[in-house]
Amino acid sequence: MKTPYRWLTDFLAAIGRLVITQISSLGAAAIFFTLAFVKIFHPRQMGKILSHIYYIGANSTLIILLVGLFTGMVLGLQSYHALIKVGAQGAMGTLVTLSLVRELGPVLTAIMITARAGSAITAEIGIQRISEQIDALSTMRIDPIRYLISPRIAASFISFPLLTALFDLIGIVGGYISGVLILGANAGTYLYRVQASTDMKDITDGFIKALVFAAIVSGVSCYKGYFAHMRTDSHGAKAVGLATTSSVVTSCVLILIADYVVTSLLLI
Amino acid sequence: MTAPLIEFRDVTKRFGNKTVLDGINLKIYEGEVTTIIGLSGAGKSVLLKHIIGLLSPDEGEILFRGQPLTSMSRDERILHFGRISYMFQNNALFDSLTVYENVALPLVETTRVGRHEVHRRVMERIEQMELTEATDKYPSELSGGMQKRAALARALVTDPNIVLFDEPTSGQDPVRKYGILTMIAQYQKRFGFTAILVSHEIPDVYFISNRILALYQGKIVFQGTPEELEHFDHPFQDEVMKSLEELERELTGVYSKSLFKIQNRSQLRRKLGEDYFSLVLFTIEPSESQLAHDVGKTIANCFSVRGGFTVRNAMDEFVSFLPYTTPAEGEEMVKKLLDERLFNLKLAAGTTIRAGIVSGKAGEEINDLISKAKQVRREIMRT
Repeated sequence: MKTPYRWLTDFLAAIGRLVITQISSLGAAAIFFTLAFVKIFHPRQMGKILSHIYYIGANSTLIILLVGLFTGMVLGLQSYHALIKVGAQGAMGTLVTLSLVRELGPVLTAIMITARAGSAITAEIGIQRISEQIDALSTMRIDPIRYLISPRIAASFISFPLLTALFDLIGIVGGYISGVLILGANAGTYLYRVQASTDMKDITDGFIKALVFAAIVSGVSCYKGYFAHMRTDSHGAKAVGLATTSSVVTSCVLILIADYVVTSLLLI
Repeated sequence: MTAPLIEFRDVTKRFGNKTVLDGINLKIYEGEVTTIIGLSGAGKSVLLKHIIGLLSPDEGEILFRGQPLTSMSRDERILHFGRISYMFQNNALFDSLTVYENVALPLVETTRVGRHEVHRRVMERIEQMELTEATDKYPSELSGGMQKRAALARALVTDPNIVLFDEPTSGQDPVRKYGILTMIAQYQKRFGFTAILVSHEIPDVYFISNRILALYQGKIVFQGTPEELEHFDHPFQDEVMKSLEELERELTGVYSKSLFKIQNRSQLRRKLGEDYFSLVLFTIEPSESQLAHDVGKTIANCFSVRGGFTVRNAMDEFVSFLPYTTPAEGEEMVKKLLDERLFNLKLAAGTTIRAGIVSGKAGEEINDLISKAKQVRREIMRT
């Protein structure tokens, strides 16, 4: 018998399935992240954490320096030309510094690490999953989450704030280069404004954001790779490729959403 | 009979509506090589995963030395499973770690052994597996056989009592298959572990197995020696074994020792009266894997079109069986083999092939004939 308004029930059922799937995934991700976080404090993790700090942190230094420098230079350039119209070019240092420390530093650092290290983490763990290397760990009685995931999460928590600080610093230097050295703004005023307008709260808020982004990027990257074999839309190498793409997109979107939420909370 | 090391009692495992293991009863004895055979998808790997504890049965129980796993305390289970190693079908070596790091991994991560002791034990296993030159190489830089040996070194570094091999020869050509099975047999004797193999490489696995378990439609339909399996009367024989043996023969032309004997008997059974044949023993020098592989395949292909069949007797030895052929005819066939096939192989300089031909009759012991052929062999080719 044909049910009237069948399309409506199908539509609602599809929405229901989607919501249930998303909530299940969210729950699984939360359990996965919590387990991985707890296992950071297991003995014999230090060596692995250091090697991942080198990969996620130290190896990202150059790209952070480049992006930070040119972001600061663009900020200096734009703010100089905007402020000079109202004769307030002296506030350039304030604008550059607060933009970097509060927003651009943590967000752009997180996005750059997502692109460079997050994608690599997903691909590496995904390949380990499809080639049974993770199953091999289980058969050797080595906890895969402790061995593979926890060190990467710990390394992210350490690397993100440090790279954010580096981004902020080099961004301020970039603002100085474009605003003072190229456009001729007053050097003393710029440096005074940088120092006077930056509160400790701005810096700690930036670091809080960096820690939140570290959790998002490392958690999403590891989770997508670890469960690459569970994808229903593809298998094998293709699944790893799609998991990597999904990990980068999800991380970037979540970074921007979290930025708004955390900023709102910090401003209360 | 001694008590079994591992025993399955009415073990059932379902995935959704599909029953993969249906009331399995089996016994595995200590110090033996036990092979679980069956077609792909029969549930062999699922059965192995129950042994190593990656899966638990929905019904029934698994006993280790008579004690149910479910009655063991957490520490006892950790101790029990810590004595089992698992060798994956595709080796599952960590491709970002060197051979040394791969072998050391279980010791570093699961024991409190000091650095010097780890080094000593890892190097001991690496030397035993003849991988010393590959210590600092990555798995992708190794040949398939070396990867297998590295995986076996990793499986053995914790001195396990039980080693599980999941399809150890899958995807290998007949010569390499033989090499891997020989390696498992040699190391099993050397280290004394209990080996449990899962394979559909029938009947190649027979010659290293003490016991065979046949898994068919979710049930163990046979438990016994390879010889007993030959006389086993069950649909499994027709559906699984004969089809695989035929496929193997068609694809490779190189027989396993077990099939060689069966084929020998059946060939001679066909004609009563004067049942005669020639047996040719080929020896290849130097004893090098790829060289032996190429020459062995050429010999097998050449003689198969003339009604003969070939088996590998050792790393550098092949035995060909030529039914209803006199030694003089055999000589002629070997000459044709040389002229038409072996000279075209363009073998490396320094290669020597020797051949010995003897005549045999129905009922004669093959091993005696091989010994006689060894005594009369002569050089037929040198490059």
